[in-house]
Amino acid sequence: MPRLSADTRHTVRLDINGRALEGEAEPRMLLTDFLRHRLGLTGTHVGCEHGVCGACTIQLDGAPARACLTLAVQADGASIRTVEGLAPEPGRLSVLQEAFRRHHALQCGFCTAGILMSLDWYFRGTPDPSEADLREFLSGHICRCTGYVPIVAAALDAAKRLREAKTE
Amino acid sequence: MKPAPFDYVRAESLAELHDVLAVEGGDAAVIAGGQSLVPLLSMRMARPSVVVDIMHVEELGGISIEDKCIRVGATVRQAELLAWPDLAKRQPLLAEALPWVGHAQTRARGTVCGSVALADPSAELPLVLAALGGNIVLSSKAGRRNVKAADFFSGIMSTARNDDELIESVSFPCRREGEGFAFREFARRHGDFAIVACAAVASEKTMRLAVGGVADRAVVRDFGADVSDDALRDFAASLDARDDLHATAGYRHMLVRELGRATIDEARRCRV
Repeated sequence: MPRLSADTRHTVRLDINGRALEGEAEPRMLLTDFLRHRLGLTGTHVGCEHGVCGACTIQLDGAPARACLTLAVQADGASIRTVEGLAPEPGRLSVLQEAFRRHHALQCGFCTAGILMSLDWYFRGTPDPSEADLREFLSGHICRCTGYVPIVAAALDAAKRLREAKTE
Repeated sequence: MKPAPFDYVRAESLAELHDVLAVEGGDAAVIAGGQSLVPLLSMRMARPSVVVDIMHVEELGGISIEDKCIRVGATVRQAELLAWPDLAKRQPLLAEALPWVGHAQTRARGTVCGSVALADPSAELPLVLAALGGNIVLSSKAGRRNVKAADFFSGIMSTARNDDELIESVSFPCRREGEGFAFREFARRHGDFAIVACAAVASEKTMRLAVGGVADRAVVRDFGADVSDDALRDFAASLDARDDLHATAGYRHMLVRELGRATIDEARRCRV
């Protein structure tokens, strides 16, 4: 592959939430900034920018990833899901999102997009987690206002409803 | 935070990778999962002229058993090794320690070899590699060489890797008949770097204890089968502990005694 020079912008092509999108990025551009500034997908939030807080978590090729710990050029050709891809249609929330609303699992909402993307992935492999396992999994996310009690309650409720929907 | 400018090369073969490293040497940074490198770039603690992405080099992938070791290629992510079906049977210590490495969200991206290459004194994977007496395969345009873990880690984030070399794979010795293993860690929050981490390997006549998070690298000590409180206290006191934001040196010494004892006892119980 040719060397991408530091001071030019290069085309980065991604499959995002099932749509083929492209934009231009210098090699040093983080995927968070690429999603927000180049593609206008501002649902992915920028928190600590060094991988600790979890606010920017997305799904990258089917696994959770910190968008702030990924260069946009690294992700060229990848398949990405962001929080914008969760709702089944405009005006309708997913089961997980609805549970967060019902349980008041957010106040400012800054950490929420990342938590939702992590949980959406987690429940596919772990449909019936114990509260302890769930709390350990959520240790990859920091919430500074709601507190974790309603977040855990919403997540357990969502997992239960997703299981019920599957067996119906 | 924005990284300083750098060029980017997505290498497609080992030869291409070696060529870039031969020319750029220490000005190049190898990126795999990026879970440690990208924050260093963002904080501008690392300012390479070129970042070389190795994740598309097919020959660097794969987990296999070779010479009674689990050989893990440079592009194998931590989550991939954790999900490897033979892991707990082949090397229980690795299966015990891996869930402590970061969070599920970083294990999904971070590589095993990347953590070894970074050589953070608090990191779990270098500790396990040292405890088991594993090997690191380094390669460059000039050739390939095998380095023992004991000779590889040389200080805080410092290793025997030369600037034109890359870690091609690391090898963790498989469990041998009659061995027992245990891993324990103390951190403020699960997934944070360890304040103190202990790994123990018990056999019929020996007990090995390896400690991370205290000195400038993992420290390995071999004892006889019975480890007295005095011997453990002397070992803890001999470690060159540091004070930092998270804990004092004295607290770390105390943790080595307490966690070390619990880890040793558990490893002995796990012997079959």
